[in-house]
Amino acid sequence: MQDFLLSLGYGQWILTALLVLPLVGIIPVALAPASRAKQVALAVTLVEFVVSLGLWWAFDPTDPLMQFSVDAAWLPAWGIHYTLGLDGLSLFMVLLSTGIMPLAVLASFSYITEREKLYYGLLLTLTTGMLGVFLALDMFLFYVMWELMLIPMYFIIGIWGGKNRLYAALKFFIYTMAGSLLMLVAIVVMMFKTFAITGAPTFSYEAFLQASHQMGDAAPWLFLAFALAFAIKVPLFPFHTWLPDAHVEAPTAGSVILASVLLKMGTYGFLRFAVPFFPEVALSPLVTGIVVTCAVIGIIYGALVALVQPDVKKLVAYSSVSHLGFVMLGIWAATQQSVQGALMIMIGHGLSTGALFLLIGMIYERRHTREIADYGGLARVVPVFSLIFVVTVLASAGLPGLNGFVGEFLVLLGSFGRYPWATGLATTGVIFAAAYLLWATQRILFNKLDKLENEHLHDLTPRELWVILPLVAGMIWMGLYPQPVLSRMDEAAKRYVQLVEPGFAPPATALTTPEARP
Amino acid sequence: MPHALLALAALPAEAHDVMALGQELRLPIALILGLPLLGFLLNGALALWKPDAKGAVSLIGPGVLIAAFGIAVAQYLKLSHLWHDQPELSPVATLWNWLPVGTLQVPFAFQLDQLSMVMLLVVTGVGSLIHLFSVGYMKADPGYARYFAYLNLFVMFMLVLVLGASFPMMFIGWEGVGLCSYLLIGFWFTEKANADAGKKAFIVNRIGDFGFLVAMFLIWQTFGSLDYANVFGKAADASTHLAGGATITAITLFLFLGCTGKSAQIPLYTWLPDAMAGPTPVSALIHAATMVTAGVYLVARANVLFALAPTTQAVVAGVGALTALFAATIGLRQYDIKKVLAYSTVSQLGYMFLGVGTGAITAGVFHLATHAFFKALLFLGSGSVIHAMHHAYHASHSHDDPQDMRNMGGLAKYMPITATLMGIATLAIAGIPPFAGFFSKDEILAFAFGRGEHTPIFRVYWAMGATAALLTAFYMARLMAMTFFGENRTGDEARHHLHEAPWIMTGPLVVLGVLSIAGGWLNLPEFAASLGTPELLHHWLHPILAAGDRVAETLGTAPALPEGGAEHMLIGLAIALAVLGLAAGFFTTLKARTVPAHDAPPEHGFWKVLYHKYYVDELYDAVIVRPLEALSRVVLWKQVDQGLIDGAGVNGAAWASRTLGWLGSRLQSGLVGGYVVLFLVGALYILGMVVWR
Repeated sequence: MQDFLLSLGYGQWILTALLVLPLVGIIPVALAPASRAKQVALAVTLVEFVVSLGLWWAFDPTDPLMQFSVDAAWLPAWGIHYTLGLDGLSLFMVLLSTGIMPLAVLASFSYITEREKLYYGLLLTLTTGMLGVFLALDMFLFYVMWELMLIPMYFIIGIWGGKNRLYAALKFFIYTMAGSLLMLVAIVVMMFKTFAITGAPTFSYEAFLQASHQMGDAAPWLFLAFALAFAIKVPLFPFHTWLPDAHVEAPTAGSVILASVLLKMGTYGFLRFAVPFFPEVALSPLVTGIVVTCAVIGIIYGALVALVQPDVKKLVAYSSVSHLGFVMLGIWAATQQSVQGALMIMIGHGLSTGALFLLIGMIYERRHTREIADYGGLARVVPVFSLIFVVTVLASAGLPGLNGFVGEFLVLLGSFGRYPWATGLATTGVIFAAAYLLWATQRILFNKLDKLENEHLHDLTPRELWVILPLVAGMIWMGLYPQPVLSRMDEAAKRYVQLVEPGFAPPATALTTPEARP
Repeated sequence: MPHALLALAALPAEAHDVMALGQELRLPIALILGLPLLGFLLNGALALWKPDAKGAVSLIGPGVLIAAFGIAVAQYLKLSHLWHDQPELSPVATLWNWLPVGTLQVPFAFQLDQLSMVMLLVVTGVGSLIHLFSVGYMKADPGYARYFAYLNLFVMFMLVLVLGASFPMMFIGWEGVGLCSYLLIGFWFTEKANADAGKKAFIVNRIGDFGFLVAMFLIWQTFGSLDYANVFGKAADASTHLAGGATITAITLFLFLGCTGKSAQIPLYTWLPDAMAGPTPVSALIHAATMVTAGVYLVARANVLFALAPTTQAVVAGVGALTALFAATIGLRQYDIKKVLAYSTVSQLGYMFLGVGTGAITAGVFHLATHAFFKALLFLGSGSVIHAMHHAYHASHSHDDPQDMRNMGGLAKYMPITATLMGIATLAIAGIPPFAGFFSKDEILAFAFGRGEHTPIFRVYWAMGATAALLTAFYMARLMAMTFFGENRTGDEARHHLHEAPWIMTGPLVVLGVLSIAGGWLNLPEFAASLGTPELLHHWLHPILAAGDRVAETLGTAPALPEGGAEHMLIGLAIALAVLGLAAGFFTTLKARTVPAHDAPPEHGFWKVLYHKYYVDELYDAVIVRPLEALSRVVLWKQVDQGLIDGAGVNGAAWASRTLGWLGSRLQSGLVGGYVVLFLVGALYILGMVVWR
């Protein structure tokens, strides 16, 4: 397979193709009759996914550096390049994004009934933006892509959202924007500093990485700017309050993309930029104390607040705060296990939370309510829906054998040596996760069926099964046989651990890294 | 396959290297696990799309399990032959690589040694009987296919639990059986109480699982590995360094926290009595014979680690003894026949922990096996009774409780087979020789007494265990008397519909009855050597327990059996307590005039406290559950999240910027889109400032 792909020159054109294809796809969407727009969009996203799938085979798991790199001058006077590349950190984020998009489009078929061309056009623009964030290796290009994905999502929530959509959309936009503007300032400052060191203007990621150790007194401020932008995006407690509003108001596909892909950009940013650029700052006792505390608070606090949400979408939103707390813990522990675990949660959360939002969307289309109290006893009328719902909930609760466990287990195992108390506290998250998920499940699927409106709900249609079953398959596969995934992120995680190693004070590393043990 | 098998058996013992044997076991182990999994998938598919195909379900459900049992027996025959010459042989069959991350290597692998063989046979054997019984018991239920799907899935996870070759593999099974328990307790999920009970079981178990997880992290930190062979090997090698230390004590205490969840010990036992909401065969299989003994299996498996931590051993044995006594007292005053058996199970599990905590691992595992026989029999027998009562009330349109013993009485006349077999099980659990429970319980108590010689606290534990034995005999005799003897209280009309269960239900009962009588021969004590070969199980498990025993020898914590006069005194006392308890329970119950449940007077005094289970559920609810919910709702969500962070923080900042934006909105149309433009302009402005400063 690899040979075949390489004979097509796959390695040279794939990354550019992934960015261009969705944008080109907007043209047929715009030309097609409004009622056909969704089919065209589905076709475009499917082609995109199939094309991206070649990465699975073409990717060389033994190479720790960037693969399929593309580099062309864009604004040479400013050292701005069009640079793309892919490694084990970004591979699965790309596949997750391209994989989620056809499902998101398919899930919108009956949900979106007005201004369809605009809607699908925005979804396709969003695709390019998201992929660009994960692929860009030029900091300017990265920033452009970061903003590019923001705008379509703003409109998707603002136009096709629920009652309170404008408030939510604006909150989402301004909150993210506030963080990213700081990041832009930091990028520009770093560019000038790098200029001063190398003598040539550049926004290149690798150059930034080299020069980032010579930022002097500016380093803490630069880190802070990056960290704020990413922490809001994660969202790390206490920057999370935009998320429940955005999720609740967004249409199903919006929630799915938000949860599956957009929430990963913050943690990706930490893994790719903020921590490797400034390990001495990021892993200093003060910053570590703050971040790890916020992560652990997020895990427990998110779970407890999720427990008492009457709105099922809010419940899932707060559960994301909890899950992403584990990712942050893993990133900051920076051991081989914790980093791979963090990446596994990023993928796993994308599958299971995406699936939860899809399922909620399906039931919402039937009953037009998200209040948990309006349901009850559904398992009797919609058994297939209920089965899939339970599997998804269990994956989210970290049941071993499904994907959620693998990530959580690796993160906690890998973090324990570094932060035993914080990790011990974080582990209580598994209790609270079971509590809020099973309690909600009981109130939706079990108990007496006492609402007349629920008596005659119809079970999932074939289209809906096509939407949800790939995700279920992914959850089981990643839970039972994650090895092919783990092996592809192995080198990238190793590189991250090496890059940030200087951040840990020497005596601490020698004693507590599990790798250092005989 | 048979040829290969024969060829293997003919080879000289040295030729069996463990790697090749592991390779060879891949197929049988895959089948043993795959058959119940297949059953789950087929029955699950039928449940969704052809719920009326009950014939197919009746065939698949028990069929896959009996086949798995057959394969297990074949492996037993083959391996016991090999173990005769090479007892240390513990082959590991690796199916695939599960979690390879850096130095962490957790293959999806299963280990077949003497301990997992015992568990494998008990799970598939008793499991098969209970599956057969279920065919009769659940036949009329509309969820028949779903029931067997869950039951098959349970067995698959239980086998993963006992066969897994590492802690994470065991954890897959550990949580998987918890899932099936959750699904089966809440099987009749349209009743809120049942769904509540299922949820409670899962969440309380998760508290234990938290302990299991932390223990794994500590094991990884200490030993740099998670699979049994490595961990136990390193622990034995470093025993002088580790013994009694904080690390090993913490590891074992956290493991034991896991056990208190899964095996329903104080303080996490409260889910098990509620779990009786599930169908009765489920109570027999999951909540008596197999899943709840997983904690005992865990301690037996990690016996080296526990032997290295005498403090933990004292905690394990103490919690076990306390639970045995505490639960037995509650059992004295329950009226629901299954509730009595539920508290009895909690109590008997306490004995097992008293055993393994004392260091008498064989005794604990022995009691695990005999308890699986007689308690499964008791539960299935109660199922037979409930089945009859249910039909009688159903036929007479009565709404009385078919599980309340006050509505029974004199049933021996209507269902003699059930009554006889439950009588046998009662004698077994009460500890009347030579029934199975006598030998296993006596061995546990004797070892606790023996260890008390050096560690006096164990004498206290022994006294608690002996008292609990008296109470056990009492509440079981009360159960028998209330259910099967005296006047019948079922009601005049319903009485005519009472009848014995069909053969598919009584058949498994008979088999379990035989096992309840003969189970003691698994590990006869020396003093009963005239009955047969003594200590079979002890010798069988020796390769697994040798390392732990050596550690106990060096630490001087190995329990010695009392000899001579003390031994005879203990045996005599045990028999006397059992006889006394049985007689007292039987005659006081018959003498007290029991009235049907709906006429029963309220409870008074200490009986009321027992009837209400010491109000522990109410206590947990008031101290933990409700405060936590209030904290989450009022403080965290409303005050912190909405008030402080979002209100004062985010929207406060927004308000400030809105005041500024007001100026901009006068320039713009005021539409939201305007803000976007404004922001982009602003962004460019800042950018420009920075670049051309």
